Amino acid sequence: MTHQYLKNVATLAFIAEKCTGCGKCVEVCPHGVFEINEKKAQIITKDLCMECGACAINCPAKAIEVNAGAGCAAAIIWGWLTGKEPSCDCC
Amino acid sequence: MSQNSCCCTSSACCGTPAIQTVSTQLTLKDKLGGWKVRWGLARMDYTMEPGIYAAGEPNETSPVLVSANYKLTFDTLRKHLTGLHCWLLILDTKGVNVWCAAGKGTFGTDELVHRIQETGLADVVAHKKLILPQLGAPGVSAHEVTKRTGFSVTYGPVRADDIQAFISSGYKATKQMRTVRFTMWDRLVLTPMELVIAAKTSLMLFGVLFLINLFAARPFGLFDFVVYAAAVLTGAFVTPVLLPYIPGKAFALKGWLLGMIGTGLIAWAYGWFAPPSLLLGIGYMLSLPPCSAYLAMNFTGASTYTSPSGVLKEMKIALPLIVLSLVAGIILLLIKTFVG
Repeated sequence: MTHQYLKNVATLAFIAEKCTGCGKCVEVCPHGVFEINEKKAQIITKDLCMECGACAINCPAKAIEVNAGAGCAAAIIWGWLTGKEPSCDCC
Repeated sequence: MSQNSCCCTSSACCGTPAIQTVSTQLTLKDKLGGWKVRWGLARMDYTMEPGIYAAGEPNETSPVLVSANYKLTFDTLRKHLTGLHCWLLILDTKGVNVWCAAGKGTFGTDELVHRIQETGLADVVAHKKLILPQLGAPGVSAHEVTKRTGFSVTYGPVRADDIQAFISSGYKATKQMRTVRFTMWDRLVLTPMELVIAAKTSLMLFGVLFLINLFAARPFGLFDFVVYAAAVLTGAFVTPVLLPYIPGKAFALKGWLLGMIGTGLIAWAYGWFAPPSLLLGIGYMLSLPPCSAYLAMNFTGASTYTSPSGVLKEMKIALPLIVLSLVAGIILLLIKTFVG
């Protein structure tokens, strides 16, 4: 069963001009958000993006940007309480 | 590290590292240990020494698999290596699993580069190829590792049980191997931890209720415990297990819906929707479903598909509603408790 979270929230951005079509984003994405079509990557299911950041950090051409982080309520509350970036350090 | 530099502080001493061979069979102790940490017992101490390990009888051409030093992770990996000959390069992730450690950056480029150098991996194998678990990718920059060490990084499958198929197919992962799942079983094994956290908070609440009972016209009793415990179970256990079958997308909404049903049924069975107890019924209907909602919302941290942007959006809407409803419910309950 495929899980679907909130739509139109992911901060994933792809700059097609920079893409070299190496396919590393397809290799690392745990939700199959990317596909390679005609030697270029393409976002096919943006709403499945969980903003883990694997694609951006592994893109040698720096063609992908995303505000990566942990999708965790406790982490976000921890961030609010401490005034720091949300992080998993609370648990 | 040069072969002659005899620092002797690590296992990489004098160019002939003493590499420990690991079994691909888990003992009863390993299984019990895994069960214990699932219940949050000494979870942060379930670690092992970082470094190189051997599975089977690997030689200089054997593949190198990289993993984390959380023993539950290591055990899950090695039990799927039966019949394979490979090296295991274990990073120091402070006893945290690969995916979470990648998010924190401890399963990261720097630690990998450091571990390759410290263990003298280049002297152990003749090739320049590492296989990382795919879920380590949020912390590791493959091209950066290659630039700094000469080792190339191939991401293997998400799950250790696909590792044999991955290696035998010439390091090719199918789309299915690349996709993270969140099956009912995956969710079920995560719920004990949720229950333990909820139980700890509940103990504090019970302390407060005990004090209130000293002055109450209607003290809290077994029935109150039952309706409360049901709401906690709904949020920390039932909602996570039934997750995709509950209407809605926001976790808080799913928890609240089930909380309304559960609390409603129990309050109705206890006759709390009739005049003498009506305050109680309404008080619990207002205060308990928000507790289920909050606990369900916390399960976003255990889920494999929620984005931080989505969770933030959900929280901005859900948290104020949770607090409002909870406070209103508590006020009604306190009136009933002290006035009778």
